[in-house]
Amino acid sequence: MIGFLKNQAAKNLLLVLAVLILAAAPLAVYRGAGFEGADGEAEKVITEVRPGYSPWLDSLWRPPGGEVESLLFALQAALGSGFIGYYFGYQRGKKKQRENC
Amino acid sequence: MKSRVFLAVLCLPWFSLGFPENAHAMHIMEGFLPVQWCGMWTVLALPFLILGFRSANRLVRMKPALKMLLGLAGAFAFVLSALKIPSVTGSCSHMTGTGLGAILFGPAAMTVMGCIVLAFQALLLAHGGLTTLGANTFAMAVAGPFAAYYIYRFLRKIGAPLWLGVFTAAAVGDLTTYLTTSLQLAMAFPAADGGVAASFYKFAGVFAFTQVPLAVSEGLLTVLAVNFLAAHSRQELQDLAFLRKEALQ
Repeated sequence: MIGFLKNQAAKNLLLVLAVLILAAAPLAVYRGAGFEGADGEAEKVITEVRPGYSPWLDSLWRPPGGEVESLLFALQAALGSGFIGYYFGYQRGKKKQRENC
Repeated sequence: MKSRVFLAVLCLPWFSLGFPENAHAMHIMEGFLPVQWCGMWTVLALPFLILGFRSANRLVRMKPALKMLLGLAGAFAFVLSALKIPSVTGSCSHMTGTGLGAILFGPAAMTVMGCIVLAFQALLLAHGGLTTLGANTFAMAVAGPFAAYYIYRFLRKIGAPLWLGVFTAAAVGDLTTYLTTSLQLAMAFPAADGGVAASFYKFAGVFAFTQVPLAVSEGLLTVLAVNFLAAHSRQELQDLAFLRKEALQ
């Protein structure tokens, strides 16, 4: 059982490492790139295909500035991770309690 | 009725949180899709949304113990869609996180989750848009989850191991979302020379190519999530008939 757990933990660690490498590698390879959002790029393609197209509507509200925007993104990620942590902590506690009875 | 209220309450924290997110990445922005296309995609997405509400309600009513797990699937999509990750094209995109919920709860349930994420992104983060909500929902919360679900079912049926089924389903589902977005844009903006196909090729070059490494990452992270669930939520997975008793390692 202990061997299995260790093994599983090692596998999970490898998965995490692979994801980190996939995310970090482009930074190392394309040093000069700006890493803007892909939808900005798509905007360029639209103007290329249909010169003169201008959006017929703008967003009702947009975050005032990049800092507020990243605050909202960070908040989103934090809340999601918070729930995930809570979920697995809860499950683990439940299991432990069952085992102790 | 009660379960419906519950579901609404379940979604509430996301609303207030700004569930959504997202990014600069993929969604079609406000005003960038001509009106008739906005209408068409909304009409196409609507039946899936209704189906999803019904299936999520039924599930929560029949197996209240699974509510937490449904919340987890939502939280997974919430986190992954908040993280903009550098990719090989020198631009950034984000994952969708809808594959996990799709293989656990069926694709329609994730239509609801995805639509909520997208609506709040559009409102709070100016990503995507309300007029393009139908199109974006169709791409991220219909096409992606359905692709993931059926690929998973097919691979398991022909005897693929659990991890391979989960990985492929989540990765292909992620990529399907971005290919669908490319197709939606190409249909609305066919190239003067070469039409929809030429245009699709261009948009896919922006969206789908950027997405390839992220799709792989999403596959890996979904396998990780399933590993954790197999270790800590066996009972729930059995209740979902996701894992049969003998299938547990």
